[in-house]
Amino acid sequence: MRVMSRNDLLLFVGFTVVVLAMPIWLHPFGAAYPDLLQRFMIFGIFAVGFNILFGLTGYLSFGHAAFFGVGSYAAVWSFKLLSLDAIPALIFAVVVSGLFSLIIGYVSLRRSGIYFSILTLAFAQMSYNLAYSVLTPITNGETGLQLTLGDPRSLDVAMGVSTVGQPVPTLLGQSLGGFAGFYFCAGFLILAFFIAQRITNSPFGMMLKGIKSNQTRMNYTGFNTKPYTLAAFVISGMYAGLAGALLAVTDPLAGAERMQWTASGEVVLMTILGGAGTLVGPVIGAWLIKYFENIFSAINDNILRGFWSFLPEGADNVMVTISSKFVGEGWFLTLGLLFVLVVVFLPGGIMEGVRRIAHLFDRKPKDKPGKAAPRPQPAE
Amino acid sequence: MFEVIFLQFLNGLDKGAAYALIALGLTLVFGTLGVVNFAHGALFMLGAFCAVLFRQFVTLETVTLDPEKLSPWGAPLEIREPLVQAWFGDFGAVLVNYSVPASIIITIPIMLLVGIGLERGIIKHFYKRPHAEQILVTFGLAIVAQELIKSFFGPNPIPQPMPSDLRGAADIGAFLGMQANVITYPIWRLIYFLFSFVIIGGVFAFLQFTTFGMVVRAGMADRETVGLLGINIDRRFTIMFGLAAVVAGMAGVMYTPLLPPNYHIGMDFLVLSFVVVVVGGMGSLPGAVAAGFLLGILQSFASMTQVKALIPGIDQIIIYLVAVVILLVLPRGLFGRRGVMEA
Repeated sequence: MRVMSRNDLLLFVGFTVVVLAMPIWLHPFGAAYPDLLQRFMIFGIFAVGFNILFGLTGYLSFGHAAFFGVGSYAAVWSFKLLSLDAIPALIFAVVVSGLFSLIIGYVSLRRSGIYFSILTLAFAQMSYNLAYSVLTPITNGETGLQLTLGDPRSLDVAMGVSTVGQPVPTLLGQSLGGFAGFYFCAGFLILAFFIAQRITNSPFGMMLKGIKSNQTRMNYTGFNTKPYTLAAFVISGMYAGLAGALLAVTDPLAGAERMQWTASGEVVLMTILGGAGTLVGPVIGAWLIKYFENIFSAINDNILRGFWSFLPEGADNVMVTISSKFVGEGWFLTLGLLFVLVVVFLPGGIMEGVRRIAHLFDRKPKDKPGKAAPRPQPAE
Repeated sequence: MFEVIFLQFLNGLDKGAAYALIALGLTLVFGTLGVVNFAHGALFMLGAFCAVLFRQFVTLETVTLDPEKLSPWGAPLEIREPLVQAWFGDFGAVLVNYSVPASIIITIPIMLLVGIGLERGIIKHFYKRPHAEQILVTFGLAIVAQELIKSFFGPNPIPQPMPSDLRGAADIGAFLGMQANVITYPIWRLIYFLFSFVIIGGVFAFLQFTTFGMVVRAGMADRETVGLLGINIDRRFTIMFGLAAVVAGMAGVMYTPLLPPNYHIGMDFLVLSFVVVVVGGMGSLPGAVAAGFLLGILQSFASMTQVKALIPGIDQIIIYLVAVVILLVLPRGLFGRRGVMEA
């Protein structure tokens, strides 16, 4: 049996190289510090997982941040109760968020279209609001759940491991700070990408794509589509839980704001910006948004003055005033304009742009150069 | 006990009215153009800032120094006189006092222009696109609008005073022939409710009793056939988008005394309004209004202390809980039609 086609293998190897070499090639962009790189990896996993549901089946969930948040809480609880090691925490978080998404998915998938979106949104907002109010014993409310010296950590005690000072998550006794944390997360992103790639190319993935293009016809051919969509929902919920747990590993403080609808909206935007339904697109979307969030918001007037200093006197001041509206506090404006421009000019997201550029270099005559295939419209 | 329930019912009305107004506009846009408009909350916010702008305009002052008199700390006394008062005399003072309702005069043309410009400029190109892309582009527009407002008016809420005659509370209980001073209700909230009632009634009457409205309703039912009859349905739908923007803007203007507007007031309302629209049933105008009031009133009941003691935390989740229950019992919301946005 052929394990992977040549193109898939090339894509996977290329992706791995790009990810592992990030500290090198992101250096000129000022983004090669571990904290941001870890976020790139974590939100990359989140977006890849979201794409398994949205990109393949077309079900737009507006509540995926709930699974992300549940993953974070579960990981921190595992640090508190079991062990400071990252592996049990990740397993525990993936299991808990998987169960959680099984329940929510089972109920929400009774409806489709926007009714499904609103059901997931409602569940996520309920989790968020309850995490702030009634569930404070579990979530520690607004303060956020954090590690303390007095935590029981039963596994660590049984193994005779003792910690000195402020407890931080470790991997087999090794610290996960800085670049070690980045490579830890990068390993999981590559694994997540690999699994997503296999799912996309598997018969199961074909089934999901069939559900997206025409669910009624899938039903008529004798498939019960519900278990497949539910499986996709749970898988993407587990991805979100894994991402949330990794965020807790790199920064063991879980807050409820991770579950708010804006966080759910963010992953939707990442996926669409990069290109829903493609494998690499969502990761690129996630990187781009996180890059804007961290780098553009850090630019201040002094940096701008340095950037425009080649202009004559007076003109540089004008440019600094104009461009300062788009960076620092105003980075959101740039993001909004980016969304509008991408959707207007590149309907399929950034991957669509890549495909168009590839077309320019493609000598072979194509029947419709530069145009995406018409989208199949689902029947009633 | 009856008084308490009646009071909570009243309390729910003004919030429900705001939800109903925003949801009505959302449904107008969705029902006519088939576009999921995430920028609708931003239109609400822009309306609110029309009121802020108007007030800043009418309270422009001339500052003259009076060298004869000294203020307590020795500097010449400043005499501030609002310009409108200098120009219009007493009417100017009334205008300053009633700045919030008066700003509707500028809100209507501004919002109409914004709405029509938005539709012709960008949204027109998205009729046939998937809903996910419509969401992305309107969300981007909402962010841009928010950030522009933030850079002009700053990030902090700007309180808008209500007219001095309309402060305080009305004794509704006494009015209805019950015991005095048991059921009192802030006058402005009552006005907001009546205002929303007029707007909603106006929109329904417009759609029901005018030829224009009849054509629009026909277009909502079957756009192609209406187009084949030689009617320029696109232009009418553009005007409906402008109308939806005006409704959202006016809802925003009148809400400013209740909640000082800041740049993300629209986003705060947007998500709830979407829940309201969907609970009402996509594309159904009566559904949007009914669901708006239903959820507003239920929210107000859930924040009663007795209810909270019974079910802790219920006030935080009631809207979403009701939405889940309604959507599971009635697959298309209260008045939704089959096949609309279910794919």
